[in-house]
Amino acid sequence: MSRFGTLPRRLVHLVVILFGITLVTFFLLRLIPGDPALAILGSSYTHQRATAIDISLGLNKPIWTQYALFMGRLFRGNLGYSFFYNAPATTVIVQHVPPTLFLVVYSAVLAGLIALPIGFISGLRRGGVVDQASRVFFTVSFAMPAFWLGIILLLIFSVHIPVFPISGFGSGFAGHLYYLFLPALTIALGFATVLVRSLRAATIATLQAEFIDTARMKGISRARVLRRHVFRNAVLAVVAVYGVNLAYLISGTVLVENVFSLPGLGSLLVNSVSDRDYPVVQGVALLFAVLIVAINLLTDVTQASLDPRVGQEIGE
Amino acid sequence: MSQTTWATNPSAMLLTVAERAARRTRRSGRRRLVLLAGLAMLAVAIVATIGAPLLISQSPTALDVLRPLAPPVASGHLLGTDQYGRDILARILYGGRIDLAIAFGATSVTLVFGTVVGLVAGYFGGWVDNLIMRIVDLFFAFPFLVLIIAIIAMLGPSIFNMFVAIWITSWVSYARIMRAQTVVAKKQQYVLAARALGYGRLRVMLRHILPNTASAVIIFSMVDAIGNIILAASLGFLGLGAQPPTPEWGTMISDGQSYILSSWWIATLPGLAIVFVGVAFSLIGDGLADVLRPGDR
Repeated sequence: MSRFGTLPRRLVHLVVILFGITLVTFFLLRLIPGDPALAILGSSYTHQRATAIDISLGLNKPIWTQYALFMGRLFRGNLGYSFFYNAPATTVIVQHVPPTLFLVVYSAVLAGLIALPIGFISGLRRGGVVDQASRVFFTVSFAMPAFWLGIILLLIFSVHIPVFPISGFGSGFAGHLYYLFLPALTIALGFATVLVRSLRAATIATLQAEFIDTARMKGISRARVLRRHVFRNAVLAVVAVYGVNLAYLISGTVLVENVFSLPGLGSLLVNSVSDRDYPVVQGVALLFAVLIVAINLLTDVTQASLDPRVGQEIGE
Repeated sequence: MSQTTWATNPSAMLLTVAERAARRTRRSGRRRLVLLAGLAMLAVAIVATIGAPLLISQSPTALDVLRPLAPPVASGHLLGTDQYGRDILARILYGGRIDLAIAFGATSVTLVFGTVVGLVAGYFGGWVDNLIMRIVDLFFAFPFLVLIIAIIAMLGPSIFNMFVAIWITSWVSYARIMRAQTVVAKKQQYVLAARALGYGRLRVMLRHILPNTASAVIIFSMVDAIGNIILAASLGFLGLGAQPPTPEWGTMISDGQSYILSSWWIATLPGLAIVFVGVAFSLIGDGLADVLRPGDR
């Protein structure tokens, strides 16, 4: 079986999931109790506008025709019209992508920097100082809501010791790095909990594996065994954790953007709920879902190329 | 695990067995203590929130207009007051009712439903399994919080709709865990024996597989309960859960954020309540893991 032997099956899976995502997004709008046109227009309701919406959404047609229309619009990149921003929803959403994207990548990197050494050392020296301390710290931080942790960090590092800005996105790459440090740290601390746990478990499991004994018996030095055999294998396990928990990162982003008032998709989503800007809510949900599916696929492929056994395991 | 190394090195086996036995008794004692500590903390939280009227005379919504933004201890308010002069301690105690209700009400429903769905998928296999697991995959494709917010956006923000949104989305984790457990259990001797005896599907699933596999979902439900409390608070914080003036930990933190520069206690103290309950569930989960599955770890 080739290294990417299961890829075709994965791609079929992918198409099914993407189809399902559009179905869910489509039916989200049907959850609105009462008349969608009235809900969308709110106070700017006029009979003509309502009729216009009914026609553009196809509300006067049978439900499957409506879905076909929805899909047709989707393929042309049209997510509907945002009556709140008076612009196509796609345009509004695209404008809010950069801060979120930057924040997600930034916090994923920070989480890795925090979790890799701690998780690895905790696994090597079970019950040691680092293991015990990190267990206590991460048990507590796991129970902290991201938005609250963000406020605490703000209080400490922006108010009492004014090192970092309270809000804003900054300009330029360095500016972004500086302005987004606290938001990214907030998400990273939460995410690091999951990473540390799995890295620790993976390290312990790897240390007990036979090939480690073999390597030691061959006379390879402990440091080299740790670096070349244990660390490499433990990190492999963590790549999977990244993929699985991406949704966690994004949830963190939604909350933290609201704490630090960043102009990203998370703030947009929450504001759109109170503005009853349904097309934008739909679009953001759709975008995030597609993003997650894409990155999960990427994780699988990365894993398969790092570890030849993985592809076969998935295919059973 | 290390059974394989025993074959190559018998003396290592003796050492490990003795060492393990000693370590296990030592650790299980400590673990049971962890479980008890967690249960005690949770009991304190439940008693304090339900018995709030007995513990504190202040009402969570009464305004002490003469003393807004009063710092803790001073002015007859143990934890201070918020911008309207409402007592923070009273609001934390009464507000905890919503967060704990979500922890129990949302988690128990999704635990039972997800477990049954996973059991059915894993036991029957075939197209039933395929259909159910594709639906599960679909829910996992959406970021949990985003999907919940989207559902609430459509239904309208309220505490009840918060429950509904969690019920709709959150059973999938249990289904996935339970399915994996069931698929493994189905091939085990005790299940084969039960089926050979001619027991019906329902009996095999509920009387044989479920008791032997339920520990995984039960332990996960403790993590999920923490997640649900944080979710309830998060939605409250974003203005999509409990609506003012109803006290709730997340909405309190959101209220206090505007006053963070001058009055730190409004936003920080409710967060400590969340951490307290969260750590309680964490300890219970850890303790349960050791009591229910002593072989692990």
